[in-house]
Formats: sequence, structure tokens, C-alpha cells
Amino acid sequence: MPMNELTKLTIAEARAKLRAREITSAELTDAYLFAIDEANSALNAYVAVTHDRARAMAKASDERLAKGEGGALEGIPLGIKDLFATQGFHTQAGSHILDGFKPRYESTVTANLWADGAVMLGKLNMDEFAMGSSNETSYYGPVVNPWRAKGDNKALVPGGSSGGSAAAVSAWLCAGATATDTGGSIRQPAAFTGTVGIKPTYGRCSRWGIVAFASSLDQAGPIARNVRDAAIMLKSMASVDAKDTTSVDRPVPDYEAALGGSVRGMKIGIPKEYRMDGMPEEIGTLWRQGIAWLKDAGAEIVDISLPHTKYALPAYYIVAPAEASSNLARYDGVRYGLRVPGRDIVDMYERTRAAGFGREVKRRVMIGTYVLSAGYYDAYYVQAQKVRTLIKKDFEDVFAEGIEAILTPATPSAAFGIADQDMSADPVKMYLNDVFTVTVNMAGLPGIAVPAGLDGRGLPLGLQLIGRPFEEETLFRAASVIEKAAGRFEPQKWW
Amino acid sequence: MTLVDTRTPDPKRLIPGATGDWEVIIGMEVHAQVTSNAKLFSGASTAFGAEPNANVSLVDAAMPGMLPVINEECVKQAIRTGLGLKAQINLKSVFDRKNYFYPDLPQGYQISQYKQPIVGEGIITVSVGPDRQGNFEDIEIGIERLHLEQDAGKSLHDQHATMSYVDLNRSGVALMEIVSKPDLRSSDEARAYLTKLRSILRYLGTCDGNMDEGSMRADVNVSVRRPGEPFGTRCEIKNVNSIRFAGQAIDYEARRQIGILEDGGAIDQETRLFDPNKGETRSMRTKEEAHDYRYFPDPDLLPLEFDQAYVDALAVGLPELPDDKKARLVASLGLSAYDASVLVSEKAVADYFEKVASGRDGKAAANWVINDLLGQLNKTGNAIEETPVSPDQLGGILDLIKEGTISGKIAKDLFEIVWNEGGDPKAIVEKRGMKQVTDTGAIEKAVDEVIAANPDKAEQARAKPTMAGWFVGQVMKATGGKANPQAVNALVKEKLGIAD
Repeated sequence: MPMNELTKLTIAEARAKLRAREITSAELTDAYLFAIDEANSALNAYVAVTHDRARAMAKASDERLAKGEGGALEGIPLGIKDLFATQGFHTQAGSHILDGFKPRYESTVTANLWADGAVMLGKLNMDEFAMGSSNETSYYGPVVNPWRAKGDNKALVPGGSSGGSAAAVSAWLCAGATATDTGGSIRQPAAFTGTVGIKPTYGRCSRWGIVAFASSLDQAGPIARNVRDAAIMLKSMASVDAKDTTSVDRPVPDYEAALGGSVRGMKIGIPKEYRMDGMPEEIGTLWRQGIAWLKDAGAEIVDISLPHTKYALPAYYIVAPAEASSNLARYDGVRYGLRVPGRDIVDMYERTRAAGFGREVKRRVMIGTYVLSAGYYDAYYVQAQKVRTLIKKDFEDVFAEGIEAILTPATPSAAFGIADQDMSADPVKMYLNDVFTVTVNMAGLPGIAVPAGLDGRGLPLGLQLIGRPFEEETLFRAASVIEKAAGRFEPQKWW
Repeated sequence: MTLVDTRTPDPKRLIPGATGDWEVIIGMEVHAQVTSNAKLFSGASTAFGAEPNANVSLVDAAMPGMLPVINEECVKQAIRTGLGLKAQINLKSVFDRKNYFYPDLPQGYQISQYKQPIVGEGIITVSVGPDRQGNFEDIEIGIERLHLEQDAGKSLHDQHATMSYVDLNRSGVALMEIVSKPDLRSSDEARAYLTKLRSILRYLGTCDGNMDEGSMRADVNVSVRRPGEPFGTRCEIKNVNSIRFAGQAIDYEARRQIGILEDGGAIDQETRLFDPNKGETRSMRTKEEAHDYRYFPDPDLLPLEFDQAYVDALAVGLPELPDDKKARLVASLGLSAYDASVLVSEKAVADYFEKVASGRDGKAAANWVINDLLGQLNKTGNAIEETPVSPDQLGGILDLIKEGTISGKIAKDLFEIVWNEGGDPKAIVEKRGMKQVTDTGAIEKAVDEVIAANPDKAEQARAKPTMAGWFVGQVMKATGGKANPQAVNALVKEKLGIAD
């Protein structure tokens, strides 16, 4: 099979061919490694490519497959977001401050993937410490979106923070990728690249071995080419973990089995608060289209209200930086990563952190430190936690009324340009990218972004489905209805 | 926390100043290392004295992506301690992060409990004394709270010319911070409080209380005021690592504050250090330099919750505590309150005593343990754990007295021999012929001889019966102390014709 055809196989297709011994993991892996080596200088999706490791894992997979053995992802080559600790390999969270850090441990999520036979291609670029919505805050430079507007060569962002994951999946540089989502970092880049991304319920995946950004919001999930692949990956990634006491001990369902199920009679809520002022008309059109598709499939569409939605983004930008300011205190130059020598310990701290953290990380550490300070804590952090409770209650109320899923746009716009004037000048404008996604993290709910169409310039747009806690199966089922109606979206290869 | 004054000023505890009397107000924050095999949030060992950085897990070193997992044994120990302090056990408590930068604090924050501690208000009854009349006074000291928190590592500044080394063995070890109310009114009370608290912890087995190993340290809050006035500005003396130093630090600090106030000055709220070599406290940082710790609930840990049944099960397994033991010793063995206090003050002493007293006369056992054993230990400067005479050996000596095999006097000699040379008391008595002579024939012979040799004295004794004691002494001497004194006494009287 020609290399460019191998890399176009979905996980489900590759799985079938591997099991049937029509292809080997070695050739599949080589095809991806070749594609990465060819594309990475243009797209910058990978910060480290683990050629030898990938080939060794592929060889071992082929041996197992030859014996008729193998796990759910046997021989499937994946890209891993740089936020996941990978034993003995580059793990720097897109930051300068973790220079040269190679952990002696493997994150639970990636360990689960390897246990199921997956192959690691390398580490994927990301916004520094997962703080960003454009992948421009990475110490390793921005990732370039494989998508371009029609008749325009301008480089676009792939979204963030899992920009490397989304771009790599979209550009056929891995069969699927791990990602993480604190305020939209899986769903927004998936929407910007025509891929599928799911943030599962908080506690569904272990956070152990994932570099922490905001512990109460962080959750791992996959970015994949279609809904089925996302379902396959999440099944392998999810688990309870004694090392993460916020992980939840519930059986992991066979998400793939939920696909193709009917949505007939499913009550899907349409929240009026998600109609934002100044939202491009195309987004509204897409949303209406999504509603129509689900209605045609037999779902019952219900207008709902989530009254505290407008407070979600400001509250998020208090809670997340507060936790981050504390989580990032360990990067002090004492034990690992970058150390810039100084006159004394305080000078060393200051020089190391000044050199090691980028602008956006510093901004959030300062915001977080401020909102936790004596005299401000009650006015900011405590208030934000109250808002969080109210947001959660908004969702609980509509779920109690029988709503099974909520349909919203995934992002307020399509992908924008790298070094976009408006965004760079105004961080708040950048933060607005998360306006439809942060509520889900604040409430700990599952949310999936699924491609639903192209805008007038030919750029992909996504819809988001939000579900009840631990009812990811409902999301996969509803998302596959949209996917089926909308069709698949692939970028024109220019790199 | 609102400070409530629970004590009435007591003239005998006041400190005289140049301008009148002063009252010292003391509150304690004791850090007690939880007795557990593993650390509070990691599986690393807590063993004392390991090579630097030998007991460090990925969590303790704050590697990226590591998460804390609560050690249930530490939770149980905190609950047991709370029960021992007759305190409220909070079925829901919350772990918070206390944020500050220091090289021996790898996470950049200490996981502690701030607004919702695992244990709330409790009480310790402290015995202060004895005074000149030998009396003890029981006072009740309020416990404000007990919370669980991580210990920090240790910075070593003397290992390298320009760098400091960090040992993370202690990093993450579980501590209980036990906060008293500001109920203490003298250095004597403060020392008694620390002694009693340590005793309770040791009885419970929740902290070994070894202050020289850093297992128990005290932050002492001291202020002074005129009796009856509101509380004054306090200074906190950090990390005092012996009970004696705590007393010295309080006395010094109270004098210092009185001096400043009497000179018309004001006390600055500050953190101070006690220098045991100079016997004085000195400023460490002022209120303005105090950290803003930015406490917030640790998002890596769910609130700590358990039900009342969990607490009740731990209460059932609780050992007898010093106050209860004291009451029992008085009630069931007939010991004096003083003797019982002495015996229960240290768990190891109480354990020793109870072994000796088991199946024997409690009062006799108490006398021997207090006067002979503790007396001797005191003389040699040894702790009860270092005693050369085991409870079995001392018990054996008591048995020999009880059986009448040896006299009380010989028993003292036997104790000396066992102390110095060891061995089975019974075998020693056999081997060295220390057995008491109860054979009346032999005693009679000795009595006859002494009377015959001292006709004058015999005459006097017949007139003045109290003189008989002299004959008893002579007979005892003649028999090498082995004669049964009661038998000698009876025979002397009989031979001299003195009526009983």
C-alpha cells in the first residue's frame, strides 16, 4: 500500500488491516515517520519525533499481531501531546523552563495506550503549559494549521492548546493524538482543523503524569479523524487510577458500541445564552444546520436556558490562573529543567522563572497570584467558585428536566491568522475563543467537538455537544449523526 | 480565631516588674510528627537517620504531573490524637495549599489544612507543681484545633563553599499541628503542657515525641499584660526543640517584653528565634515581612470525609490514657495520687510499673519503681528504656520479699547486684547465701549469745523495753542480716521477758 494511502487510514481501518495482516505496524509507522519528517518543518506539529522508539514498538506489535494477539490499539501510531510524561523522552509542556526534562515515569494515560499496543511517534507541540488558544505561546514556536483559506496562503493557527495534536491528526502525521482540555484545549483546535475532539467527564482519565495546568479543570482526551476513532482512543485512555484520587471508579464503556445507535427521542437542549452578540452569521447558520440534522434523525429539540453562562469565562480566568500560579511554583530551577544562576536563591528563582516562562504563562501566574492574595481572595477566588457552583447547577437543572445533550457552536469563529493583530494586542480577545467551551470544564462535564461544515473561506467549523457526567456514549452517538450528515473534512495538502 | 480569656489572673503566677505585676499569656503550636511507615501523601519511608535523599518519592520531589494520595494511616493517627485530646472530630475536612518558595519545599507549597481542620476544639488537663507544700494543681488547657500537614525538607548550608544542599527525606512526612488556646500563664505551665501533650501522644502511639530528633517541635506565642487587661501584642518563637528551652524562651521573652513596656515602648508583632546558647530570643522577621501564603483548597485532593462509625471504631481501639490510668491506679491499687502521677507521666514508666505490679502488691511495686528504680535511673542520668533491671527482675525481687526469702534490707542489696551485674534474683540469693534465716533454732542461738555477752544491756532493756531494738540490731548483724527480723524481734522479747 502506498505510504500516503497508509497514513490516510483511520484507526478503525488500520486496525482491521493490521489484524487481517494486510499491512504491518512497521510499514504503517514508517509511513507516518516519513510524513512527519517531510511535513514538520512546515507545520511544526512535533517537538520531538521518536523514530527508534516508534519502530521498536511497531516491531513488537507486529510480533503480537502475528501470533493473533494484541490490544485494542495494537500497532496504531499515535502522537502524544508534550504535556504527558513519557518515560525517557522529551516532556517539556512546550516550555523553556523544562529544558532537557526526560521523566523517569510514564503518565497513566499513555501507559494505558501502550498497554493496548499503540505506537508512539513523538511528542506534539502545544501552547506553553497548555495556556493558549492558538499554539503561539509554545517555546517551540507556533504550529501551522494544515488548513488555509481558499485562495490565500496566509498561515493560520490550529487553535490551542492542543494545536500540535489537532494539526498532526488533520495533516495525517499520526492516526490519532492525545490531548488535554482545561478550558477548550481539545475542542477548539479540533474545530479549527476539521477533526473530532472529546473532553471526557472530569475524573474519567487519570491526570497522573500529565503536567498540571489547572488541576480542577484539566482532563485528557483524544483528537482523532472521526467520531469512531475518538471513541476507540478514549476507551483505551480512560481508567480509574489509585495514583489520582480525583479519578473515578466506574467501568469504562465500549464507546465504539454506542456509535450508530439512534438519537430518536433524545432530548437535545439549545441554550439561548450561547447566541453571542457579534457572533459571525456563519456560526449561527451552522448551529441551525446541526439542529436540523439532529431533528431529522428523530431527536427532540428543546430550547433551554443556562442563565449563568456569561459569568463562566471571567470566573474561569480566575480559577484556572489561581491553580496554575500554585502548580507552576515547582519550576524553580532547583531540581530539574532550566536553571539560570543567580547571586542567591531568590535571584536564581527570579532569573530562572523570568527566562523559563513565556509572556502568557507569566501573565497567568501573576493573575493567579493576585486573585489568591490576602484581601483579594474573597472578592475573586471565592466569588469565582460560587459562580462555578451556579454554572454546574444550570446544567444539573436542565439534565434533571430530561435533557440528554446540549448542542452549541464549538468556537465563535474559524481559525484565525498566526500573529493576528487583534488577538496579540488584546489577551481578552484571545480568551474569548473559549467562550463556548469553558462552561463544560467549570462543570466537569463531557464535551465533544465535531466538524460540521466549512465557512465562506473554506475553513472548517465545529459544533459542540455537551453531555451528562459519564455519559460520553450519548455524545458519541449524537456526534456521529452530525458527522454522517455533514461528511468529513480534509485540508488540501500544500506542505 | 477569636481569643477568649479562660483564666483568672493568679497572683502566684504573676511576674513582678519595676512598675507593678505582669501576667504572661502563652499559646502553643506544636508540630508532632505522625508515627507512620509512609509519608502523608506518598509511599516513601519516614525512617529517621537515612542517607540524605534516600527516602524520596517522585511526589516528594514534586516532579511534573505527580499527584498526592492521602495515607489513611496518618488520618487514623490524627483521629486517635483528636480522641485523646477529647476533641471534636470533623467528619469533613479540607486540604489547602500554603504557597511559598523555598528550596526544601519542592512543590512551592505545603499541603496543610487551613479553614477546615480534621480536629476541632479539645482539652488537656495539665498538672502543675509540686509547689513548696508538695501539692499539684490541675488546670485545663483548651485545644483550638489539630490539623494534618506536610513537613518540609532540610537545607544544608555547610556542605559546600558556595552552594546549599537539600535533603528531602523529611519532605512530605506527616505532621500534626496541635494548636492550644492562649490559656497558659507561666513557663511552668507551658512546660507541663508540653510534657503532658507528649505523654498523651506517646500513650496513643501517634507521635514518638522525640524532640531531639525533631519529631516534636513547638512554636510558642508569648505576650504580656497587666492583670485584667486585654491581651497584648504577641511574638511567636519558632521551632523550639526542647521542653526546657521552651521554658527558658518564655521567661526571657516575657522579661524582654516587660522591659520594653515599662520603658514606655510598644511590642512589635514578629517572629523570633530562641538561641539556646545565649538563652535569648532574637527577631527573625517582622509582621511586614510576613509571607502572604495565598491559601486555597488543594484541587488535587477531594475533601477528606469519613463517617462517625469510622471514628467510633478507632475510639474502641484507643489505649488507656494517662489521666484514666492514674485514676485506675489510685482506685484499684490504692496508690497515692502523687505516686500514681509519677508512674503515669511517662508511658514507658507506666508500662514498666504495670508489669512489675501484675499479680503483686501494687503499693510495694510503686515504692520500688519510684524510690529504687527511678531514683537510681535519675542518679545515673538514664531513661527508663535504658534500665539494667527489667520488670521481671524487679518483680522477682518483690516475690522473694513476699515469700519471706529475703528481708527488705537484703532486697536493697540484691537490687544493687542485679543493677550492676544482672542475673536472676532468685539464683543470686541461692548462690550467695542471702536467704533469710527463719530457722528459730539458729536465731535463738544467736539471741542467747548476744544476751549472754551483754548482761548490762539486758538489764536495762528489761526496765526499758524500747532497748530491745538494740538487741534486734545486734542479732541481725550477727546473722549477716539474713535472720527474719520479725522472728528476731519476737525471740529477743521472749528471752528478755518483755511483754508484747
